[in-house]
Amino acid sequence: MSTAAVHSLWTNAADPIAKIGAPKIEYGQLSPTLIVLGAALVGVLVEAFVPRKSRYYAQVFVSVVALCAAFAAVVALASDGYGTTKAHIAAMGAIAVDGPSLFLQGTILLAALVGLFTFAERRLDPAAHGNRVDSFAAQAASVPGSDSEQAAVKAGFTTTEVFPLLLFAVGGMLVFPSANDLLTLFVALEVFSLPLYLLCALARRKRLMSQEAAVKYFLLGAFASAFTLFGIALLYGYAGSVSYGRIAQVVDGTVTGIDPALADTMGSDALLLIGGAMIVMGLLFKVGAVPFHMWTPDVYQGAPTPVTGFMAAATKVAAFGALLRLLYVVLPGMRWDWRPVMWAVAIITMLGGAIVAITQTDIKRLLAYSSIAHAGFILAGVIATSKDGVSSVLFYLAGYSFVTIGAFAVVTLVRDAGGEATHLSKWAGLGRRSPLVAAVFAVFLLAFAGIPLTSGFAGKFAVFKAAADGGAAPLVVIGVISSAIAAFFYIRVIVLMFFSEPKPEGPTVAVPSPLTMVAIGVGVAVTLVLGVAPQYFLDLASQAGVFVR
Amino acid sequence: MSFPLLTVTAALPALGAVATAAVPAARRTAAKWLALVVSLATLALAITVLVRFDPGGARYQLTESHAWIADFGVRYELGVDGIGVALVALTALLIPFIILAGWHDADPLETGSRRWRPTQGFFALILAVEAMVVLSFEATDVFLFYIFFEAMLIPMYFLIGGFGDRAHEHGEETASTQRSYAAVKFLLYNLVGGLIMLAAVIGLYVVAGNFSLQEIAHARATGSLHMATSTERWLFLGFFFAFAVKAPLWPLHTWLPNAMQESTAPVAVLITAVVDKVGTFAMLRFCLGLFPEASKWATPVILVLALISILYGALLAVGQRDIKRLVAYASISHFGFIIMGIFAMTSQGQSGATLYMVNHGLSTAALLLVVGFLISRRGSRLIADYGGVQKVAPVLAGTFLIGGLATLSLPGLAPFVSEFLVLVGTFTRYPAIGIVATLGIVLAALYVLVLYQRTMTGPVKPQVSAMPDLRVRELVVVAPLIALLIFLGVYPKPVTDIVNPAVKQTMSDVHKKDPKPEVEAAK
Repeated sequence: MSTAAVHSLWTNAADPIAKIGAPKIEYGQLSPTLIVLGAALVGVLVEAFVPRKSRYYAQVFVSVVALCAAFAAVVALASDGYGTTKAHIAAMGAIAVDGPSLFLQGTILLAALVGLFTFAERRLDPAAHGNRVDSFAAQAASVPGSDSEQAAVKAGFTTTEVFPLLLFAVGGMLVFPSANDLLTLFVALEVFSLPLYLLCALARRKRLMSQEAAVKYFLLGAFASAFTLFGIALLYGYAGSVSYGRIAQVVDGTVTGIDPALADTMGSDALLLIGGAMIVMGLLFKVGAVPFHMWTPDVYQGAPTPVTGFMAAATKVAAFGALLRLLYVVLPGMRWDWRPVMWAVAIITMLGGAIVAITQTDIKRLLAYSSIAHAGFILAGVIATSKDGVSSVLFYLAGYSFVTIGAFAVVTLVRDAGGEATHLSKWAGLGRRSPLVAAVFAVFLLAFAGIPLTSGFAGKFAVFKAAADGGAAPLVVIGVISSAIAAFFYIRVIVLMFFSEPKPEGPTVAVPSPLTMVAIGVGVAVTLVLGVAPQYFLDLASQAGVFVR
Repeated sequence: MSFPLLTVTAALPALGAVATAAVPAARRTAAKWLALVVSLATLALAITVLVRFDPGGARYQLTESHAWIADFGVRYELGVDGIGVALVALTALLIPFIILAGWHDADPLETGSRRWRPTQGFFALILAVEAMVVLSFEATDVFLFYIFFEAMLIPMYFLIGGFGDRAHEHGEETASTQRSYAAVKFLLYNLVGGLIMLAAVIGLYVVAGNFSLQEIAHARATGSLHMATSTERWLFLGFFFAFAVKAPLWPLHTWLPNAMQESTAPVAVLITAVVDKVGTFAMLRFCLGLFPEASKWATPVILVLALISILYGALLAVGQRDIKRLVAYASISHFGFIIMGIFAMTSQGQSGATLYMVNHGLSTAALLLVVGFLISRRGSRLIADYGGVQKVAPVLAGTFLIGGLATLSLPGLAPFVSEFLVLVGTFTRYPAIGIVATLGIVLAALYVLVLYQRTMTGPVKPQVSAMPDLRVRELVVVAPLIALLIFLGVYPKPVTDIVNPAVKQTMSDVHKKDPKPEVEAAK
């Protein structure tokens, strides 16, 4: 930086402070996020002041009300036209209120609500000393296997903090896809990641594995965040601004008025390419795309299953939303640079996820690799760079998140003495013992495999169609091949459940409370409705397919 | 709006499947009767369709069209031409026999869980397959067809993997392993075929913008839709691959012997006589209808593959030791004939092929169901375990013989007419292939007659000596099929009258006229 530039920085900063007015915040349009974050704070107060016995009920009540209210707010905004005609950028350029934002926020809120039901389930684990317990550790701070842990279990403690943590995560996820400048993006990323790291460590059973998963997730996630932050710094150097619109203008070369402080670096392609790549890297990490997928199987396996389901669904929705906005709003001008890279990522993600999944013997790891393959399919839609591409991705995410939560909810039901029986060999003959549970899980697997008349097929067709329309026909062919590979391991599980002889000491299927039943029921219903009559939701997604700039 | 007859014909078995599956575990017999009544009612509806269909009328009749998924350009469009009508009728006709023949196939051996209901599941799955097959014969929207073409794999998969022959030489554990192997092989082959077709379906959408068979054909005829030659060929290959797996055509056939060997006889009939017909039907309707130029381009290769299927299937049938595998390879040989007839691009060949689809359904059903009765008595599928059956069970042996003779296309039985037409149709355009294909008939005589000789004649084997003859239920299954085989063998006109106009239209799709030898001689 030249001395002149430094000087101008000083003089700019020294400008009369009086000029800074009060920020104009459209509270109404930000209400979904504000409600959820507000309720999370209420949840913290509940932890502090409500007696231990009634905390669970108070927390569940607060969380359900908050998520419902936030969803109602999203619907109200959408019906007001904020998704289409009144789409605009709110909160001093920090948040975009537009179709994709509202659609994804609605999806995240519904997924979170269904996920919350699985968090609140307290009938699966046998009662400990007369107290009903959920899937979470009695006391997170107590060392696994220690006396203090036993004391906590004996006292019937439960970690009701999971509910405010969930709400904080949801709050961050609501902001993430609607963030309209890079700093908001980063803050949202951290706001939803940190609670998730914590949630991963809270399993009641197999606590060491759970803590190991959390540490892995945290370390790798911190790396990814650092990459993102560095990328943001470089892009700031490139464009002189963190605002999406401003960066896009610089990329397009339509910018007027160059900040003299940055005149040296501004417009340097190296900064743009490296910075853009680093931010995209961070987002691909959250999405779980190959080669940034390493954390996925370990974390999915170690985390408490309700958390895994919620994380697998909602994180993916939020992260793909942010990725779409970044690629479509900030970097459309350089799509000839990022498209080949994303092609490669999509191809190795689809193939890698599908091929490695074949060798898995743990149902949660299998679903983890399956989620990687699905990230690849969704990337095919992202690459389409068209309005159809956006709406197909939105539709896919909506269908996928409910299948995922439902599938993980079923995993929580199959149990033996050591908790959930996640090893595949234990699932043999499940169809004989509990035909209904096995049939429901088969529906989810068929949806993952993309069999017609399920949401998986409609979604896959939508993204592949968009990709083919966008000139990515080879990607479609590779997608189809990896679908065939993926079908193999989904079917293997079905074979195991229905055609294998049950083992004598096999697991039992716990009878859940209505909460988990609702979660699974919603999953099945959404899967079939989106499979048989997707038109209404496709319309919704295609109305929501335009980003505000 | 007129009465949606075609929808109802498919919806009835679908609803019947749900109702059958919902019958309580203890009321097993009620579930069977419910399934039978539903299948008979569906047959009545199919006959109504047949009666209301006017062979001289419009190409697609009884049409229905509703908006479905506008975003994908998909409409819920149904309509039948003569070929579709014949195959819907065949399907609806065979299902009651399949249900009756499989009456005791799914009775639970041991009572598992209180909620384990294999019997209800078995009959519900059969009805579900019927609904999907009927819909795929009726769909005139490519996407709609594709959905049911793929979705029918799932109930079929459970039928193959979940239910097998009672007695097995290696015990239940091995049997169940082999069954799930066969089921997975079936599913993977067909799923891969289907997914490759999915890529072509998406490609078709990118090119044409909608999926309506009639609209696309119209747009191509008027020239408003131009398809580059290479595009058309790629799309054709995508579609054809899926249909060739389903049909099955050599070298994509290897799933069929496994699937037929491991499943019970009624399910084997369902596979080869009903579900596989969707493959050959779709070649006529979609390959020729959508991609006429590419079809002509691919004809030489496909004819050679069909010829290999005919000879290879027949040769392997001769060498089989397992009765059901033998019938499976015989079927592969017959599918070769059907595909040869379709791609010979003559009206005789295509009429013959369509007629062959119907007749092969009837003859295979007759033979396989009797084979099933035989196997259920002795508890073995191996030819060597039988001998002298005709002395202890003459009616069984007699029906077995007629089914076998129909399979080898004896004049006077229905398949003869169709095989003859296919050969004549092929010969007029491709004499060499027609001549070589005739070898298939000779081999057919060999495998059928040797099978009969080894199992039915000769000294009575001790394990066979107490074998009871056909029961009333079994006779009710076999007698009508044999009557139909003889009737259509003597008087095929009712079927050809329905089929011929549709074949003419298919021929005009590909702009092919029958070769006229005298005109060419005048040149």
